Amino acid sequence: MTDLVQVSGSEGPVHVLKDTRVLVVRVGAVVVKAYPDDADEDELTARLELCRVLGDLLLPPLGLVRVGGRPVTIWPAGDPVTPEDLSGPGGVPWEEAARLLAALHSRPAPSGAPLSGGPARLARAMARLGADSPPEIAAAYASLPEPAQTRQAQTRQAHTQQTLTHGDWHLGQIVRHDGRWWLIDPDDLGIGDPAWDLARPAAWFASGLLEPAAWQRFLGAYVQAAGPAVSRDDPWRELDAPARALTVQLAATAVATARHEGRPLDAAGEALVSSCRRIAAADAP
Amino acid sequence: MQCPKCRGNMRTYDRNGVHIEQCENCRGIFLDYGELETLSRLETQWAQQSYGPPPAAPGWGAPHHGHHQRHRDRGWVGMLFSS
Repeated sequence: MTDLVQVSGSEGPVHVLKDTRVLVVRVGAVVVKAYPDDADEDELTARLELCRVLGDLLLPPLGLVRVGGRPVTIWPAGDPVTPEDLSGPGGVPWEEAARLLAALHSRPAPSGAPLSGGPARLARAMARLGADSPPEIAAAYASLPEPAQTRQAQTRQAHTQQTLTHGDWHLGQIVRHDGRWWLIDPDDLGIGDPAWDLARPAAWFASGLLEPAAWQRFLGAYVQAAGPAVSRDDPWRELDAPARALTVQLAATAVATARHEGRPLDAAGEALVSSCRRIAAADAP
Repeated sequence: MQCPKCRGNMRTYDRNGVHIEQCENCRGIFLDYGELETLSRLETQWAQQSYGPPPAAPGWGAPHHGHHQRHRDRGWVGMLFSS
């Protein structure tokens, strides 16, 4: 920790923002993120380079160093969206987020860009549940069309359009800095299906968690900004498969987290498991 | 305040947070800065709630009810902000 504070080159209050597979610490006006020592440094370097190429959309990094064998990235600290914003006067910047994603999806992918890490998250979430998966989740996972399970994980050629996607977008992945909003966290950034970036809010909405008005603001702004992931006349044509996949991922993560914390599944988790039951019973998208 | 049109006496009303002056003589209405925009916004919201079609949803989706309470549900709020 002392080493991380030192490499930040910054002074000020120290806050641990996240301590999971990665350790994220804020030191004054700078955020440092330490990866596990087995992190793929080539991919990390490629993704930091992508951030620089997309310097008006993704918050540009300040540096990459090694601390005790672990790769560490250094970032300017932005102001995140907070739970208070859900009911506060400023509200949630759904439109700004949608416009940033639409712009990202419209940029040409540089040659040699890595593949998006989004779909691998679904496989990891299922692996975390192990053999003891609730039957609804296992059945919904088995019902997913093959491309959603392995989408862009296997062949680069499948993506003739070579669209860049964030790969893990949620409200914690947007910050205000220098008077405007930016996307943050390039860890899953890469070539993939852009609908994947809309699939998490789509899954929240479909499971009755996100109010229809908020979903409409987000999707409407994305379409208005000429985002290419969905068709204007029938966005669910492209959203259905990835939203099913994200519903399974979110349900699996909710169950695994509740188990880990030794508590019963909360209402949001229950809503997602119910969606899994309906996904397993529904026709293929 | 006097009506700028007929010099009649203006009476102040507060309706849904909008401050309105109405002339007791000619019934003309005076809006403060930004209040026309506030009214338009309220009108749009109302129209959307009343007439706007609900957004399309997949067949496997949940019926939308009870989502108001979810704002206070810690599990749901956490999910909005984490992977």
